[in-house]
Amino acid sequence: MEIFGISTALLGSQLLVGLINGSFYAILSLGLAIIFGLLNIINFCHGAQYMMGAFVAWIALTRFGISYWVALIAAPLIVGLVGVLIERLMLRRLYKLDHLYGLLLTFGLALIFEGIFRDQFGISGESYEVPELLSGGVNLGFMFLPIYRGWVIIASLTVCFGTWYMIERTKLGAYLRAGTENSAMVQALGINVPLLITFTYGYGVALAAFAGVLAAPIFQVNPLMGSNLIIVVFAVVVIGGMGSIMGSILTGLGLGLIEGLTRVIYPEASSVVVFVIMVIVLLLRPAGLFGKS
Amino acid sequence: MNAPASFAESKLPLLLGVLFVIGLIAPFAVYPTFLMKILCYALFACAFNLLLGFVGLLSFGHAAFLGTAGYVCGMMVRDVGVTPEVGILAGTVAAGLLGWLFGSLAIKRTGIYFAMITLALAQMVFFLAIQIKQTGGEDGLQGVPRGHLFGLLDLSDNIAMYYLVFAIFCFGFFIIYRTIHSPFGQILKAIRENEPRAISLGYDVAKFKLIAFIISAALAGMAGATKTLVFQLASLSDVHWHASGEVVLMTLLGGLGTILGPIVGAATIVALQTQLADSVGSWVTVIMGVIFVICVLSFRRGIVGELQALIKRSGVN
Repeated sequence: MEIFGISTALLGSQLLVGLINGSFYAILSLGLAIIFGLLNIINFCHGAQYMMGAFVAWIALTRFGISYWVALIAAPLIVGLVGVLIERLMLRRLYKLDHLYGLLLTFGLALIFEGIFRDQFGISGESYEVPELLSGGVNLGFMFLPIYRGWVIIASLTVCFGTWYMIERTKLGAYLRAGTENSAMVQALGINVPLLITFTYGYGVALAAFAGVLAAPIFQVNPLMGSNLIIVVFAVVVIGGMGSIMGSILTGLGLGLIEGLTRVIYPEASSVVVFVIMVIVLLLRPAGLFGKS
Repeated sequence: MNAPASFAESKLPLLLGVLFVIGLIAPFAVYPTFLMKILCYALFACAFNLLLGFVGLLSFGHAAFLGTAGYVCGMMVRDVGVTPEVGILAGTVAAGLLGWLFGSLAIKRTGIYFAMITLALAQMVFFLAIQIKQTGGEDGLQGVPRGHLFGLLDLSDNIAMYYLVFAIFCFGFFIIYRTIHSPFGQILKAIRENEPRAISLGYDVAKFKLIAFIISAALAGMAGATKTLVFQLASLSDVHWHASGEVVLMTLLGGLGTILGPIVGAATIVALQTQLADSVGSWVTVIMGVIFVICVLSFRRGIVGELQALIKRSGVN
């Protein structure tokens, strides 16, 4: 079967890859947006924390025989806890300064994390086996769908929309949104804002680590896997604007799909298409698609 | 900073004179290639500092200018066969044009977004450098000849090359010094301190930012093109975001917004990397990260900034 001279199997599989990349963009840009909303910093070590999530899962499986399912919960908790420590010990000292210092601090941390993991594990990358329950695939008629890839999309969408629900519909989320608007006022109303900030950073980091565990069986577990991804995610964030939670999710997914489509039509451009879209958005709508100027 | 007759400002010409003399005799005491590397990175950091220290714009993509100019210079000298000064000029112009392009996009946003946009644009340059054939991909441009300056002076001699690099550095530094100490530079500082106020005073802030961005990009390119001639190599690592991060670190460590800080920072980092490369290998990245964290947490004024504060406190005037 062919559409415009492109086989549907090729189109389908590339769109699937695009959707998977898009789900990672969505989780990562969502985490960045939540952290930015309350802390006003861009978490440069988000990519490193994503990488750490994947490595924690890999170490747990190969050294201790801990299964994928346990790692899916435990790795975000462990990496999130590291995030909590970072917030309590370092980021907290910078809130009164220019926001750029937060960016610089987390950049330094990203170098440290990446350097340590590169020294311990090299740069060749380690493979992580797909858990038994999710191995194999189904034939959809026009294309072959590996079950694990379907699971990644479902799991990440669930987490994204769960997070959206928590922020937009629950009491905790209401505190968080209020804190984003005016944290001094929220504090005056008797809500423990510093604790809220710590929790928010930890949660954003845990999201990155969760994406890392999901990514482990698809991509090579590699110390540099995060830094290559995070710069694309920065472009995604610029395109979407960090003003809206749903905006980050939709922008992430959409750009993943566009990237997949580009890979079918003009493969050479697929690595830069997100950046080109960023340029176009900056020219037409500098505040970003969902941003408030 | 604001008292014009402070020690640091009044003694600056003297200090620069001393540094100039040291620069002249240094190649007889220290390995010239090492000095040339320091000078290239010092110029790179000074150009970067013009933007961050004096306009308050954090560019996280300055590697794009360093690397692009390096490639252009390398191609012109090796494949077209022009003389070195033309190659450096071509690299500088190319970086300036790229800076004009990136600058006009990036100044549409400020603060954190500005940093992310410059980073993303630079990453696009990195991907292009990997893909197109002319840059040599992973191998880079190797065997770029140093050639003869103006077709006369043989630059394969390290001492001759050193004085060319030193002259280029002084020229670039002079441009930055003049920019900062001109009415134009005062307006840049006004934008840094209070942008809405500068707008309300009638200044076309976007235009000033863009001009500063282009000057900074072109000078970063001049450093990159010169570096290509020194090492006879233009490589992918110069367009990588690590190089962008390195220049931020050099500036921060030396002293943000000080004239001499970036030079001190560049010398310190290059010396440290050279020393550490032998002893600790891949831990260099970790150590750079640790210095970054320490600088941000408790050493925000940098080496030169701290020294200035020390002199001010001790009451010397």
